[in-house]
Amino acid sequence: MAHDTAHTDVIPEEGHLHHTDYMDSHDGEAWGGGKRPFKASYGKLMMWYFLLSDAFTFAGFLIAYGAIRFSMPSWPVPDHVFSAFPGGKTGWPLIFVTVMTFVLILSSVTMVRAVQEGHRRNKRGVIFWMLLTVIGGAAFLGCQAWEWNTMINVEGVTVTKNPFSSHLDSGTYLTGAEIEGAGYDKVTKDAHGVTATYYIKPGVEDIEENRLFVKQDHHGHVMSGESFSPKDPYLITYNHSTHLYEPSAFKTPDGSIKTEAFGPIAFGSLFFFITGFHGFHVFSGVLFLLIILINVASGLYHNRTNNYEMVEKIGLYWHFVDLVWVFVFLVFYLL
Amino acid sequence: MSDLSYEESKKVVYKGMIVLAVITLLEVAVALVGKGYVIEGLHLPVWLMYVLMIGLSLFKAYYIVYEFMHMKYEVKGLAMSVILPMGLLVWAVVAFFSEGNSWNQRRTLIEKKNAETIDDRPKKSGSIIDLKDVKNLN
Repeated sequence: MAHDTAHTDVIPEEGHLHHTDYMDSHDGEAWGGGKRPFKASYGKLMMWYFLLSDAFTFAGFLIAYGAIRFSMPSWPVPDHVFSAFPGGKTGWPLIFVTVMTFVLILSSVTMVRAVQEGHRRNKRGVIFWMLLTVIGGAAFLGCQAWEWNTMINVEGVTVTKNPFSSHLDSGTYLTGAEIEGAGYDKVTKDAHGVTATYYIKPGVEDIEENRLFVKQDHHGHVMSGESFSPKDPYLITYNHSTHLYEPSAFKTPDGSIKTEAFGPIAFGSLFFFITGFHGFHVFSGVLFLLIILINVASGLYHNRTNNYEMVEKIGLYWHFVDLVWVFVFLVFYLL
Repeated sequence: MSDLSYEESKKVVYKGMIVLAVITLLEVAVALVGKGYVIEGLHLPVWLMYVLMIGLSLFKAYYIVYEFMHMKYEVKGLAMSVILPMGLLVWAVVAFFSEGNSWNQRRTLIEKKNAETIDDRPKKSGSIIDLKDVKNLN
């Protein structure tokens, strides 16, 4: 096998392998200068450069997010927005996303272990740790699905509506009688088979922007009489029976009556797009992990000249997904 | 590749897991303590929270790239060819964030001017806008 002499640097330390021809055709041609650039294989180096370009893509999105956030007078407060926890819990700031972050860190750890077992050519070890990595990735996706579902279906955040915002004034939420006392008419209307009750100025068109509601949270707990200060975060309640957002009426210290305003529209689209793009990376990562896992199990890599390098390459990708999450976590949840 | 033995590199992984988990907990602790969730009435200065959170995140990023992705064991040329281009992003962050800030200031100024009545406008012969506002626009 004279052909093999050009490949001596490819044969791993453990040696005693037969050269099989489905790998390293690149190392023979494009990489044929006798020396490997940066002492790395073609595949690994190109994975690094793919990740570099992907890092720029994510950076572009995150910088757009930053520019828009800087351009707004107020922004939803993350520890208020992300305070739900499975089991109907609310008021648990950042706890769920911390769990999600741990899941991703753990799956990165199991991935490193899979790569290490690959270096020892321990097929069973690689399978075991890759399987745990797949489970970690799937668990993360499950968490993200729960988080999205809560935001969209419970709290009513969409790409065009953002019910999360912060008060600019101090004030007190009003009761129905107080709103009527201030000269508003009470309107009852059938909405999706349920009676919606709101208040409106006489002679004003009955459209969403002109309606005032009595403040109540998602559990139907009425909050009339509760006071707030400037910068206090709030959530405009989305009523699941009437399918209406309920911007609530409050009274400021100077006696004027105001309603809660929606927050910056861009919040929802930026959140769903950027976490969605990251989630898509996790999803495709899980698919690639599964494919490579099947290949490992079938023994495909065991006798290759470069052994389990494919596991290393998907490992690089997987750690990159964790790396991006560090920054998504920072800008969406911490800052 | 790394010169570590199998047992040594296993230890490195579990150490990495603890380092990343502890840093994540620290970040969340800074966010919650700083905003007064843990100790009633205690708030950390915003700049301090930002410095801590951004600093810890950058350390996490370094740790993932150098330990988990084994950049530590690659030749310097490879590491630099990946990391140096990221330096361009520093400029993008500065440029776009200050641009965003400028949008905010302009909008605020326009809203302020829209709310003014004609009589409140500074009386100046020969100019329709106050030179002070021109300065504010920059």
